[in-house]
Amino acid sequence: MSELIQHLINGIATGTIYALVALGYTMVYGVLKLINFAHGDVMMVGVYMGYATAFALGREARSSLWGVLLIFLVAMAGCALLGLIIERFAYRPLREKPRLTALITAIGISFALSYGFQLDIGFLPGAAPRAFPQIIQPVQWFTLGDPEFPDVVLWNWQVLSLLVAVGMMGGLQFLVYRTRFGRAMRAVSHDHRVAALMGIPTDRVIAVTFMLGSALAAGAGLLYAIKDTSVSPMMGLMVGLKAFVAAVIGGIGNVPGAMVGGLLLGLVEEFVVGYAASTWRDAVAFGFLIIVLLVRPGGLFGRVAAEKV
Amino acid sequence: MDDAVVVTPGKVPGIPAPLRGLFPLLVALPVLFGLQWALSDAPFATYLLSVMGVNVILAVSLNIVNGMTGQFSIGHAGFMAVGAYVSGVLSLALKEVAISGLPVVLSDQLFFVAALLTGGVAAAVCGFLVGLPSLRLRGDYLAIVTLGFGEIIRVVVQNTEVFGRALGLSGTPQTSSVAMVGFWVFVVVLVSRRIAGSSHGRSLWAIREDEVAAEAMGVDTTGYKVRAFVVSSFFAGVAGALFAHFVPIINPNSFTFVKSMEIVVMVVLGGLGSTSGAILAAVFLTLLPEGMRSAFTAMSEEGSSLAQQVDQIRMPVYGVLLVVLMLSRPQGLFGTRELWDVLPRWMARRRKGQS
Amino acid sequence: MRRTAPLLLAVLALLAAGCEKKTRQPAVGEEQKGGAEQPVVREAPGEEDTLLLGEVGSLTGAQATFGVSTRNGIELALEEANAAGGVKGKKLAVRVYDDQGKPEEAAQAVTRLITQDKVLLILGEVASSNSIAMAEKAQPAGVPMITPSSTNVEVTQKGDYIFRVCFTDPFQGYVMAKFAADHLKVKKVAILQDNKSAYSMGLSDVFTEKFQGMGGRITTRESYSQGDTDFRAQLTAIKKTRPEAVYVPGYYSDVGVIARQARELGLMVPLLGGDGWDSEKLFELGGSAIQGSYFSNHYSPDSPEPRVRQFIDRYKKAYGGVPDSMGALGYDAARVAIAALERAESLTGPAIRDAIAQTKDFPGVAGTITLDENRNAVKPAVVLQVEEGKTRFVTTVNP
Repeated sequence: MSELIQHLINGIATGTIYALVALGYTMVYGVLKLINFAHGDVMMVGVYMGYATAFALGREARSSLWGVLLIFLVAMAGCALLGLIIERFAYRPLREKPRLTALITAIGISFALSYGFQLDIGFLPGAAPRAFPQIIQPVQWFTLGDPEFPDVVLWNWQVLSLLVAVGMMGGLQFLVYRTRFGRAMRAVSHDHRVAALMGIPTDRVIAVTFMLGSALAAGAGLLYAIKDTSVSPMMGLMVGLKAFVAAVIGGIGNVPGAMVGGLLLGLVEEFVVGYAASTWRDAVAFGFLIIVLLVRPGGLFGRVAAEKV
Repeated sequence: MDDAVVVTPGKVPGIPAPLRGLFPLLVALPVLFGLQWALSDAPFATYLLSVMGVNVILAVSLNIVNGMTGQFSIGHAGFMAVGAYVSGVLSLALKEVAISGLPVVLSDQLFFVAALLTGGVAAAVCGFLVGLPSLRLRGDYLAIVTLGFGEIIRVVVQNTEVFGRALGLSGTPQTSSVAMVGFWVFVVVLVSRRIAGSSHGRSLWAIREDEVAAEAMGVDTTGYKVRAFVVSSFFAGVAGALFAHFVPIINPNSFTFVKSMEIVVMVVLGGLGSTSGAILAAVFLTLLPEGMRSAFTAMSEEGSSLAQQVDQIRMPVYGVLLVVLMLSRPQGLFGTRELWDVLPRWMARRRKGQS
Repeated sequence: MRRTAPLLLAVLALLAAGCEKKTRQPAVGEEQKGGAEQPVVREAPGEEDTLLLGEVGSLTGAQATFGVSTRNGIELALEEANAAGGVKGKKLAVRVYDDQGKPEEAAQAVTRLITQDKVLLILGEVASSNSIAMAEKAQPAGVPMITPSSTNVEVTQKGDYIFRVCFTDPFQGYVMAKFAADHLKVKKVAILQDNKSAYSMGLSDVFTEKFQGMGGRITTRESYSQGDTDFRAQLTAIKKTRPEAVYVPGYYSDVGVIARQARELGLMVPLLGGDGWDSEKLFELGGSAIQGSYFSNHYSPDSPEPRVRQFIDRYKKAYGGVPDSMGALGYDAARVAIAALERAESLTGPAIRDAIAQTKDFPGVAGTITLDENRNAVKPAVVLQVEEGKTRFVTTVNP
């Protein structure tokens, strides 16, 4: 029974990461009506940036508070820049073209990043996975049950990660619903032509949304790397897909929906693997997606909008 | 757009209408058997041609959904896997059986055709099951659902004893031939061109151009989309079945997301909606790594890694290629046109330019 | 729209140019690297004085290190043979193709080697699915094939031209079961297997059977997929059953992470594994969590035997780093092949096949090789324990 608590801890830890990545999908979908397929790979690039920074800092500095902050800052700023570049040169020229065009472009970028990083040339890391350094000194906070086989183990970084994730989500919620920029964002999301007529600089709003989403992905990616201790070029693909599933489950374009969707997916996966069949893990997410789409095509919190002509 | 849908049989006047449909077949069959005979001593060319043929079938069939109907499926390898595994299991079961009174070669070929059709039908059924609910969704949702379907297929195969799990299915009789692959290439091209020229095809084009308007004009959009999907997955299944009969072992690694993407790249490169574009792109992209490999092997000294790196570099290049193509020419090389629409005009221009 | 065709050609030309440039850049660097480290073997392939061998391997992807090590081992063996004057007065060269880990590419590569390059003999593949695909093409063509490290039984059953220089899965599973029962004296073992790999599933089946036969109990069998990074759900389920050891017959790329997460969840029992663990990367990925765990392997880098020491020294000098067992087996396979070529009466397929089949008491670095009537090598396995940054020899288990 008490391993239920352990499963809950595991599920929430995975779920928060899905949720954070899902937020990026949802924001970009909101303003551009585009599934940014490359989002997971942007996350992967962010993790590698963090990895490089951690190594540049050395063993001592990287586990200090400032070191950790610097790693996060570099990865998030770097990804924001990457997001800006992708938006400016790949998506913006296609904004008035059919939506499929942009989707194909996104898939192209995803491929170029995830397979490009597998090459063994210059600064590129190569295909083999690497261990992510422990930037947070692990401390066991408490255990429950038999000391030899404890039922529940809780570590400091699990709680810290959760706090960081909740902080990021709270910040985003505030930004979208309480600030001028957030209002502009929501206006663009509603109808970007009308928003432009109202004097909102749509290009800039979209670019900033992209940067925010990418920075969030980098943050999520670092939490993921701290949790699962390894980095590899293919890590973005699966996490990206699952986060997308989470965003759709919550109702794409809906910020709280993405959070709930992410947590739900993390928990469902954990419980299916832990209690039912561990061989079906990857099928679970997509099966869940298909069921949700059948029952509520708009996702749990989304509304099905009739398409206007 | 109108000139894109000229039907080939219209070009052979003087033949009575019922025979017109047969005419291409009468041309194709001797050519295929000739090819088969000419290549009987060249296993590598045979293998390469078979791979190319399978890729052409996949690209042309995906073009029916992605190009003509304007939907976006990225799970084609999943249907291919269904066809490959179902037909493979069937052929394995029938391996020791022969129809009495027929030469063994003939009865093998009959079983092979039966396996191909079964594989195709199984894939079509899957296409129907996936298509029915998800085609009611918007384009980008369809993309993700087809992708998820491909993943689910992979997981199912990995967990099923009959399908050989992770090791794969080996020992399927290698009864495929260039003639058989070529015949199915011919069939899929014919079907695709006929669809494009029919009223059915017009409805698909209408859906592609504007779904809402098509619906307002009385086109049963869901019905047409599902039908296009079923036809497309049938041929993907046949392609997979052919694949299973010339590749000695099939395992889940051959039907990943990457394979689906390769097919998508072929269709996009050739031009969404152009059958001949899909064919050319499939041929080009199958030969490209092979050509580069031989070029590097010939150029460089023994043991250097140039030739070995071709495959490693292929995938990122595909990605960049997609982006560049979308930015510079989003309709693909041919757009919705066919080779024979484009070529004469180009020749004419060139002559003008030279004089 | 009227400008379609010229544009088309222009784009095609551009793409071709782009591709070419992209492929060349890395290769230049590689060549320089290769040139500096491996000076020999690079004769231009003249028809008369070179014997060409073929190799197929997975040189890309997450387990690329296995393919690369195998290739290195083979190249080293060829260099030595050429330095010693070659075979029958001719130099040896090897042509390598990448199969990207896909069976259809492996089959295509073998067909290419046989018909285009006309190789005498084929070495290759680590992954058993790919070796089977290769065997299906090599056997009917009458070209002998030696697989260095495919452990699945089915591979050599494909015909009398197919050989292997390593032991098979049933033996390796037995080794770990025996080690767990006799040496560690544990009674309850849980299994965590890689569902995506036939190798892992095979080992796990044999281990279960043998260990239960020795009176042990398998508490639970959980699965993961290669490339996963979160194993906590499975490990939590395993922890519940309170095993005394966990058998994880997977690849090092996953095992390191599994070890860390097991310790994090408070599962402190030793992990047991197979030769898929053997890579220097294991120490980096597993850190302190993997220390104290055991795995079965083809050879021990600690071995005091002079031929092993010599091989390790040469390998280190050429490629840097201690060779893993894939490197050792690649080296052995190539040397068995060279010795057979030397012995063969003529350089035809059947003659070479017969020469390989006669291999007896061949002094390989990964154990003495004697091929049995099923064309499998019969040889002992070693069990190693992981320590900080290296492995320690524990015991040898004989067949």
